[in-house]
Amino acid sequence: MKEFKYTIKDEVGLHARPAGLLVKEAKKYSSKITICANGKCSEATKLMAVMAMGIKQGQEVTVTIEGEDEAVAEQELKEFFMSSL
Amino acid sequence: MEKINGKSIFNGIAIGKILFYSKDAGQVKRVKITDPRAEMERYNKAKEKAVEELNAIYARAVKEVGELNARVFEVHAMMLEDDTFHDSIQNIIETQHVNAEYAVATTGDNLSAMFAEMEDEYFRARAIDVKDIAERVISILLGKSRSNDIGNEPVIIVAEDLAPSETVQMDKEKLLAFVTRLGSANSHTAILARTMNLPALVGVDIREEWNGKTAVVDGSAGELIIEPDEATLAEMRERQEEIARNRELLENLKGKEDITRSGKKIKLYANIGGTGDVANVIKNDGAGIGLFRSEFLYLESGDYPSENDQFQAYRTVAENMAGKKVIIRTLDIGADKQVDYFRLEKEENPAMGYRAIRICLDRTDIFKTQLRALYRASAYGSIGIMFPMIISVEEVRQIKTIVEEVKKELDEQQIQYGSVELGIMIETPAAVMISDLLAEEVDFFSIGTNDLTQYTLAIDRQNSRLDHIYDAHHEAVLRMIRMVVENGHKHNIWVGICGELGADLSLTREFIRMGIDELSVSPGAILPIRKIIRETE
Repeated sequence: MKEFKYTIKDEVGLHARPAGLLVKEAKKYSSKITICANGKCSEATKLMAVMAMGIKQGQEVTVTIEGEDEAVAEQELKEFFMSSL
Repeated sequence: MEKINGKSIFNGIAIGKILFYSKDAGQVKRVKITDPRAEMERYNKAKEKAVEELNAIYARAVKEVGELNARVFEVHAMMLEDDTFHDSIQNIIETQHVNAEYAVATTGDNLSAMFAEMEDEYFRARAIDVKDIAERVISILLGKSRSNDIGNEPVIIVAEDLAPSETVQMDKEKLLAFVTRLGSANSHTAILARTMNLPALVGVDIREEWNGKTAVVDGSAGELIIEPDEATLAEMRERQEEIARNRELLENLKGKEDITRSGKKIKLYANIGGTGDVANVIKNDGAGIGLFRSEFLYLESGDYPSENDQFQAYRTVAENMAGKKVIIRTLDIGADKQVDYFRLEKEENPAMGYRAIRICLDRTDIFKTQLRALYRASAYGSIGIMFPMIISVEEVRQIKTIVEEVKKELDEQQIQYGSVELGIMIETPAAVMISDLLAEEVDFFSIGTNDLTQYTLAIDRQNSRLDHIYDAHHEAVLRMIRMVVENGHKHNIWVGICGELGADLSLTREFIRMGIDELSVSPGAILPIRKIIRETE
C-alpha cells in the first residue's frame, strides 16, 4: 500500500471540474484509490462521493493506493495533484 | 409600471417581452416491474443516449461560451457515468423491483438533496446539476424530448430556475435576459450569462402573470421593470446604446498598444484617488497611473497619516500595477480641499493661498514623512513622484534637497528603495513661462489643466455666473500647453496632461500633433481615447 498527503491549492476546492479530472485519472489504474479528508473517505473513482466530501482550498487530503500498479499510480497521481489540484 | 428588485449577475440592460418559462415537470410514477435485468438494460440505453446528448451540447457550448464554461457539460456526462449515480439506480431497481424512471428520479432527488445541504455555496449550487442530469435521463426513458423552444421573438426569460443545459440549448439570437427566483451568483447559469453578456437577475419574486408583458432588466440597478412608461423606456434605450458602444470599445481595444498610425507611442495612464480605484484601471487596461492623488490618505484620516500607513497604500498600488508606472502626486490640500487637523487659517483667496507644495515646503516634517513612505514603496514597483503648484526653480531645488536628505536617511538605515522619476505639475502660468528652466531640473512635466485654466483666464470655476465666458478650449491655454511640450522636449523630458482637458476627446488629435507624450485620464476614458490615438496619423 502506498500513501501520500497533499494540500489542495485550487481556489474553490475539489469542486466538479477538478473532481472530474481526479476521477478520470484514478480510473486509469487497477489499484483501489481512496481519498480521505476531515475524517471521511471515499473511492477516488466516485465523482459525486468525492464532491460530497466538500474539500476546500487549504485542506489536507490523504490518498491511499492499493493494488498491482500502486507504485506507478502513486508517482503519477502525485504529479497530477501537484499540477491540477 | 412596477419595479421589482433582484440580485444582479451581469450588468447590462435588456428591453423586451417576457416569456414565462416553465418546465414540464411530469410526475414520475412508481411502477413494479418483473425483470430487473431488462429494466437495467433500459436504463443503460437511456443513459448512453443522455451522454451522447451532453457531448453534443458540450461541443456546441465550446463554440458559444468557450471551453472553460462548457466544461460543466463534460462534468454532467461524467456524473451520469459516475459509479455513485449508477450504483444507486441499480440498487433501487434490483432490490425494489421498480421502473427505471422511478429509480433515476429517487437517486437524483437524494443526491441533489445531499448537495443542497452542504455548507459551501459552490457545492450547494451543484444540486441543480444533479437534478438536471436525472431529468434528462427520465425524459429519454419517457420518450419525451426536452423542449427548449422559446418562439421566434427575442424574449426575457423568466423562470423558477434554469439548468445550464437549458440555458445553452436556447437560441442565443432570441435571448435578451434571464430572471429567476432561484440560482446563485455562483451557479453555472450565472457564469454562462456573464460569458454571453446577458443581463441576468436572480432572487426575483417572479409571477406567471408577467408572461407576454414588456419589461426592462436593469442589471446595474438590479431591477426588473414591468410595463415601463415611455420616459423610462427612452432612458433605458439610451443607456443600452451607451453600454453597447463601450463594450465594443472594450472588446476591440483591450490589450492593444496606444500608438498612432505613424508609430508615435502615447503613455495612456489613469488618474486615481485611492487604492480602491486600481481594479478599475486594470479593467480598463491602463498602461500605468499618471496621477495618484495622495490627499485621500489625509482626508480620510483623523490625524496625520503615519509613514507606515502611507507606505502600505503606495506599496499596494505599486504592487498591483505590477511594474507599470505609478506617479504619485504629493499632498495637494488647501483651497477647496480642507483637512481639520492641519488647522489652516481661513483665507480671502484660498485658490491662490497657502496650499499644496507651499504647505509642504513650510512644514517639512509632513513632507518628509510622505517622501520617506514614497521612496520605501519604490522598492516594490515603478514609482514616479510629482509636486503640485510649482511657480519657481527655487522651489524645485528645495524639494530636491529634501529628497536627497530623505534618501540619505534611508541609506543610513539600510532601507531599500528603487529609482524614482521626479516631475512637477505645470498648473500655474508662471511655471509655463519658465518651463524651459524647470525642464533642466526634473524628469517630466504633467500639465494640470484645471488650475492652469483657472489661473490663466482669471475665472473662478466655482462661480456659475462666469460659466458663459469660461472656455475650456481657450487659445491661451492651448498655446501654453504647446509651449510646455516644446520646452520639455528641448531638454529631453516627457510631457503629459493629467487635467480634465486630457480626457477631452475633441482635443486628443490636437494634443498628439503638439507632441504630447502622456495623457492621464479617469479609468473609464482610457479606451475611448485609445480608439482616437490609434486612428490618428
